[in-house]
Amino acid sequence: MPAMNTRLNPPMKLAIQSFLAHGPVDAAAIDKFLRAHSFPLIEGRNATFVYRGPGDQVNLRHWVFGLGSSQPFTRVGNTDFWYHTLELPPQSRVEYKLEVILGGVGTWIRDPLNPNLAHDPFGANSVAHGQGYKTPAWTEHDPEARPGTIVETQLEGTPLGTQRVSIYLPARFRESRRYPLLIVHDGGDYLRYAALKTVLDNLIHRLEVAPLVAAITHPGDRIGEYPNNPSHAAFIAEHLLPFMEGRYPLYAAPAARCLMGASFGGVASLSTAWRYPGTFGRLLLQSGSFAFTDIGENKRGPVFARVVEFVNAFRENPGKPSDKVYLSCGTYESLIYENRSLVPLLQSTGMDVKYEEARDGHNWENWRDRLRSGLSWLFPGPLWMVYE
Amino acid sequence: MTRGVLLGPQRLHPIVDKAADMLGIDGRIAAVTAGWQEREAEDQELCAALGNRAVNLMLHARAETAFREDPELFAAHRAKQDRLRQLQDLYRLRLASHLKAARRVQQAQAPRDLIESELEEAVQAIRLLDAHHVVKTQHIQKDFDRKVKPLERPAVVKQLKEIEAILAGCAGVAIAGGHVAVLYNRLRLFDLGPRLADLPIIAWSAGAMVVSSRIVLFHDSPPQGRGNAEVLEGGLGLFPGVVPLPHARRRLNLQDPGRITVFARRFAPATCVALDERCFIHFEGPRWSAGTNTFQLRTDGHLVALH
Repeated sequence: MPAMNTRLNPPMKLAIQSFLAHGPVDAAAIDKFLRAHSFPLIEGRNATFVYRGPGDQVNLRHWVFGLGSSQPFTRVGNTDFWYHTLELPPQSRVEYKLEVILGGVGTWIRDPLNPNLAHDPFGANSVAHGQGYKTPAWTEHDPEARPGTIVETQLEGTPLGTQRVSIYLPARFRESRRYPLLIVHDGGDYLRYAALKTVLDNLIHRLEVAPLVAAITHPGDRIGEYPNNPSHAAFIAEHLLPFMEGRYPLYAAPAARCLMGASFGGVASLSTAWRYPGTFGRLLLQSGSFAFTDIGENKRGPVFARVVEFVNAFRENPGKPSDKVYLSCGTYESLIYENRSLVPLLQSTGMDVKYEEARDGHNWENWRDRLRSGLSWLFPGPLWMVYE
Repeated sequence: MTRGVLLGPQRLHPIVDKAADMLGIDGRIAAVTAGWQEREAEDQELCAALGNRAVNLMLHARAETAFREDPELFAAHRAKQDRLRQLQDLYRLRLASHLKAARRVQQAQAPRDLIESELEEAVQAIRLLDAHHVVKTQHIQKDFDRKVKPLERPAVVKQLKEIEAILAGCAGVAIAGGHVAVLYNRLRLFDLGPRLADLPIIAWSAGAMVVSSRIVLFHDSPPQGRGNAEVLEGGLGLFPGVVPLPHARRRLNLQDPGRITVFARRFAPATCVALDERCFIHFEGPRWSAGTNTFQLRTDGHLVALH
C-alpha cells in the first residue's frame, strides 16, 4: 500500500486497509467488500475511491485546485481491483471522473460505483460528498411550495440583436404589488444545472426570500459578451431593465435591482454595474472570473485578456458600482485568490459586502448551494413576520 | 369569558370547520384575513372550508381607506410604527447578549447545581427584558391612542360602524394567519379585541398569535441572523396562558433540548404550544384542552403531548 497523505488521520484504520490486511483478495472477497460499502467510502477526512475493471492504469481526475489534478489508483495484486484514498475535509463537495488507461488509450468515465452525479453544459461528473455535506433540502422539489411561472419573451433591436429572456414570476404574482428584479446571467444554465426555479419557488415559499421577478438571460457568445462588453452592458441597462420595469410591477429603485452571475457571468454583472453606477443596488457574484495582473502578462490565456483589462481598471478605479454585494467562491477553485483579493477592494468603496467560501469547486452545484445565503441577504423575505 | 379554538396552519389540511363545530357556531362567521394584506379578499378557499357562511370584515382594506381619508391618522400611524420598529431593534440588541449569556451558562463546565442556578438567573434576566419591552410597546400604543384618538376620527368611526353591524349578525369569528404585525395593527386600530371577546373565536397561525397575551416571533435557523425568538408586543390577550407556536416543526429545532429549555422557561408560566397542522387548543374561558398530536415545549427540554 502506498504512503498516504500525511494529513490523513493516523489513528483511524480505514476500511480499505482492513480489507487488504485480512486474507487473500480474491474475486469473492472483492465482491463482498463492494457489496458492504457505498463509494467513495467516506471515513472522517478520508475518501477512498474504488474501481473494478480492466486497465493498465487508473487515475482520479478531479477539479480541486491545489491538488494534482490526476491522482493514480493503486492496483491490488493482479486483480482488477483499484483504489485511491484522498483527503476530503468535512462539508466538501468534489466533482470527478475516473481515467481508465488501457492499451495506451485513456478514457474518462463516471465512477460506476457512485450514483451521485452533477450535470453541467459539458455533461455530467461523479460527485464525492465529504462528511457532513448534504444536498440542501431547499434545492429539491417541495410539493408544498407554490410554483412560480416562467414566461418566454424576445427583446428585439438590442445592441446584441434579438435576445431571448425567460421571465420568472413568483407564485401568487399580482399586478397590484411591486417586486424587486433579479437579472440572471447564464440563466439557462442556472435553470438547468442549479435548479434556479425550484430554488426560487422554495425560498419564496419558505418566506426566506422576498417574492421577486427574475429576468433570466441566455447569452449567445458569452465569452465575447460577458467580459466588460459595452454592448452587453447596454443591453442589460438600456434595454432589458426598461423593458422589465415597463412591463412588470417592479420597484424602480437601485435597491430593488440585482445583477447576478457566476464565473464570466460574475464579471458581466460587476462590469455592467460599474458602467452604470447608481443603477443596480444589489450584486450576487459567484466564483467571478476576476483575474488581474499586478505586473506582467495575464497567464490565463487570450480568453481572459478583456477580463484582466477590466479587473485591472476596476482595481485602479472601482468607484461605487453598487450598494450591497454578495460574493462567494469555492476554496477548491483556482479563482479563490482573485475573489479573496476583491473583498477588501469592494469594502473600501463603502459597499456592504458579504463574502462566503465553500469547500467546493467551479461548478453549478456550488453556485446552487450558495443561493439561499446570497438571495436571502440581498432580498430578505418576511420569514420573521409571516405565519400562514 | 372568551371561547375559542387556536389552530396550526390551515392551508393543506384545514380543520376550521371542525373547530366551528367544537364551538357550536351556528350562523355566519366574521372572517379576518388582514394578515394576507393585499390578498385579503382572496378568501374563497377559507369561505368554502367554513361552509360558505363567512363574511369578510376586510380590515386591511378598511384601514387603507381610513388612512386615505385621514392623512393625519396615516402619518401618525406610520410614525408610531416607525417608533415601534426602532424600539424592536434596540430590544433585539439587548436580547442577543442576554440569550448568548444563557446559552454559554448552559454549556459551561461546572457543577450541575451551579449551572442550574445561574441559568435560572440568566433566564430571569431575559424575562425581565421581555416584560420591559412589552411595557414599552404598550406606552407607545397608548400614547398614540391618547394623542390621535383613532376611535373618535370620522374615517375610523365610519368603518367601525360597518364592522359592528357585520359582527352583530355573526355567531363567531375566524382569524386567519399571515403577517402578524399587520394583522395585529389592523385589529388594534379598530379596537376589535374587546368587540370580539363576546364571540367564539377560531384563530390560526398568526391569528392564534395575536389573540394570545404575548406575540412571540421565532425561527431557530433563519438564513440570516441569529434566530433569537423575540417578543413583538403584548397581543390582544383574549387567550392567556399559552404561547402559540405555529409551524413549530419547521421553525424550531425541536431536537435541541437546550434551546427548548430556555424557550420554555423564558415564557413560563405560559405554556409554549407547538401548533402544527391538525393541532389545536380549545379554550372554554380560562380553561383549555389540546387536540391529539398537539405538543408542549417543556422546561426540561422535552416535547410532550398535551392530550
